[in-house]
Amino acid sequence: MAVRPATEKRSRASAAPSRTQKSGKSANPAVNYQVAEFDKDDELKAYHDMLLIRRFEEKAGQLYGMGLIGGFCHLYIGQEAVVVGIQKALRDGEDQVTTSYRDHGHMLACGMDPKGVMAELTGRQGGYSRGKGGSMHMFSREKQFFGGHGIVGAQVPIGAGLAFADKYRGTDNVSVVYFGDGAANQGQVYETFNMAELWKLPVIFVIENNRYAMGTSVSRSSAQTDFAKRGESFNIRGEQVDGMDVRAVKAAADRAVEWARSGNGPYILEMQTYRYRGHSMSDPAKYRSKDEVQKMRDERDPIEQVRKRLVEKGWASEDDLKEIDKQVRAVVTEAADFASADAEPDPSELWTDILR
Amino acid sequence: MAIDILMPALSPTMEEGTLTKWLKKVGDDVKSGDVIAEIETDKATMEIEAVDEGKLLEILVPDGTEGVKVNAVIARVGEEGETAAEKPAKDPAAAAKEEPGEVPKAAAEAAPADKPKPVAQASSTVPAAPAVKAEADPDIPEGTAFESKTVREALREAMAEEMRRDDNVFLMGEEVAEYQGAYKISQGLLDEFGARRVIDTPITEHGFAGIGVGAAFAGLRPIVEFMTFNFAMQAIDQIINSAAKTLYMSGGQMGCPIVFRGPNGAAARVGAQHSQDYAAWYGMIPGLKVVMPYTAADAKGLLKAAIRDPNPVIFLENEILYGHHFDVPKLDDYVLPIGKARIHKAGKDVTIVSFGMGMTYAVKAAEELAGMGIDAEVIDLRTIRPMDIETVINSVKKTGRCVTVEEGWPQGSVGSEIAYQIQANAFDYLDAPVGRITGKDVPMPYAANLEKLALPNVGEVIEAVRAVTYR
Repeated sequence: MAVRPATEKRSRASAAPSRTQKSGKSANPAVNYQVAEFDKDDELKAYHDMLLIRRFEEKAGQLYGMGLIGGFCHLYIGQEAVVVGIQKALRDGEDQVTTSYRDHGHMLACGMDPKGVMAELTGRQGGYSRGKGGSMHMFSREKQFFGGHGIVGAQVPIGAGLAFADKYRGTDNVSVVYFGDGAANQGQVYETFNMAELWKLPVIFVIENNRYAMGTSVSRSSAQTDFAKRGESFNIRGEQVDGMDVRAVKAAADRAVEWARSGNGPYILEMQTYRYRGHSMSDPAKYRSKDEVQKMRDERDPIEQVRKRLVEKGWASEDDLKEIDKQVRAVVTEAADFASADAEPDPSELWTDILR
Repeated sequence: MAIDILMPALSPTMEEGTLTKWLKKVGDDVKSGDVIAEIETDKATMEIEAVDEGKLLEILVPDGTEGVKVNAVIARVGEEGETAAEKPAKDPAAAAKEEPGEVPKAAAEAAPADKPKPVAQASSTVPAAPAVKAEADPDIPEGTAFESKTVREALREAMAEEMRRDDNVFLMGEEVAEYQGAYKISQGLLDEFGARRVIDTPITEHGFAGIGVGAAFAGLRPIVEFMTFNFAMQAIDQIINSAAKTLYMSGGQMGCPIVFRGPNGAAARVGAQHSQDYAAWYGMIPGLKVVMPYTAADAKGLLKAAIRDPNPVIFLENEILYGHHFDVPKLDDYVLPIGKARIHKAGKDVTIVSFGMGMTYAVKAAEELAGMGIDAEVIDLRTIRPMDIETVINSVKKTGRCVTVEEGWPQGSVGSEIAYQIQANAFDYLDAPVGRITGKDVPMPYAANLEKLALPNVGEVIEAVRAVTYR
């Protein structure tokens, strides 16, 4: 399935999708590709936040190459607009976020400290999990980030459980749970959809459709490739969203959050996005053409879209943007230096945190 | 400032590779994300992307070079006008390599030259596991009345009392509310606590176990009832990977105060898929507590403890025991320590260790053995994990002989672990090999005669005791 075009003009051109609104109890409203209004500050912040993730991930890739990061390392490069756009619609520190193992971007978007995240990647004592979790397993109660889960799809009922707690306690917090197009085929996802709608849990299911479940393309793994429809038989609303345009993500997230916060139950957002790198560091990504990747980078890059708008609207000069890049690089370099120099956990940590 | 580009590792095991091809040449501008070269390992061809921006100043390893070591400098990138020879690199790898003084001292000594990885301690010795000391049961005040209750009533009272005490406690599971419980454990709870706290789930063990885990991460205290633990195999990923491991994986941040409970093991004539004992399975998992009571008093006191426990607790009940009567102390708040075995009957000639349903065989065997002049000490483990092995060892030091009894399968059984612990900790006290009575090593048959043969029985326990006492 083609990712929807990203530029403002083309987005509007595609505002009449093939699917039409169904009447009555239909789960899905008409697909809405409108974008949120971003002022200068919004654009600058989105640019900064996405760039931080991009540079952080590039650095993580580099440290992996140097042997400083071990095991699996799943980079988020290309998908930055999704988490940055969603997070803009959330109440920081109140609404919960849960995701899979491709989680560095989510943590940075939640406001977690890049030093703590990078030091966890290198398995050091200053990492968020004191070096005991690794790239796939980090958490922050303060930022309401609930992991970092390594089993495909397992985070979905957990995210719904956080929403259950929100509702049980009578708060109006919402829980956002991210998963991929691959996880969307897991059985527990549908068990969760059923209970989430049955119990009207305030949970937003964000399906990050980056088109490949490791090396298997969506069309080779999924009978229904329109993931927004995956909740239809449970009467859960779903939307397909241009996940490469941070403004489209924000607009969709606003609708979903409003829906869930108002007590209407769950909402599905299919984010059409793209991962530039392999599934993990050791994946050469032979299942797709170089042209496909290059085309995405050239035409749809989420950061470049914002950069272009900033310059066109005169909201930032090239020098201003260079300055942001410099600041971001400094933060990432500091994180990498910290993560490289920090000590490994004390051997006594082997036996701690097994039980409370 | 010029920046070194290093030969990357593509997997934790890669040590060297071939630099197949440069896609940029000296003098080209590169920016982050640009593919600059291709490298090849035994597994795959991969692209190297630039991370930094600038001009490719120098290529140090030409196309087609084989055996390029990971972390070797293969090129330099920098600003125009910089000379290639200029000393580079605020790069952390280079820094770690060239200035080992910056990393912890022990680290630099321990790190192999080609791996710039500071290590806290070049330790080959594993630190000792902390000792777990089991608390003793609380004293029951003199004059306390006892009343005869079924295990079913005891479990129900435990849940009701804890739900009255703490609004965070709720019960979810199949048929727990309107149906009043498949085995009537939750009878009346919906009436008292309402549908907010007594929640019927669809038949989706994996999903509702995960929802329970998420609710526990958020600080609620779910009691998740499985209609039987046989169905919890659908949910075992959430129980082990999510509930048990997350505290550790989060460096202590994310506790999971949850109870998974329900009947475990064989009922009667329900066939192979509904008759499995999971004591040894869950008993293996760090991060879980596993409780398996026999008496009603223990069921009550330990379930209350499980609900209050900040950790995930597997609470293994037994359908046949639900209707058994036991004396339960009439106390407002009877809570027992998890992790403490109970000497059910003192004796001097042999130690019989069991738990849960296995205790029915152990207790009857001890009665018959008494008639044969063998004075057996019967220990009810009550908790499988953490296991109170100290009580067992102390008993074996006295009796010199031991027989374990359980319904589960033999290989990797709880009895196997006990036998190991005894030979490791009381070898010199043993007068006979440890006897082990388990369910037979077969899927549970349906036919009445075969099922009886597959389960342990009193006669087998007596035989085992006679064997270890040579009588």
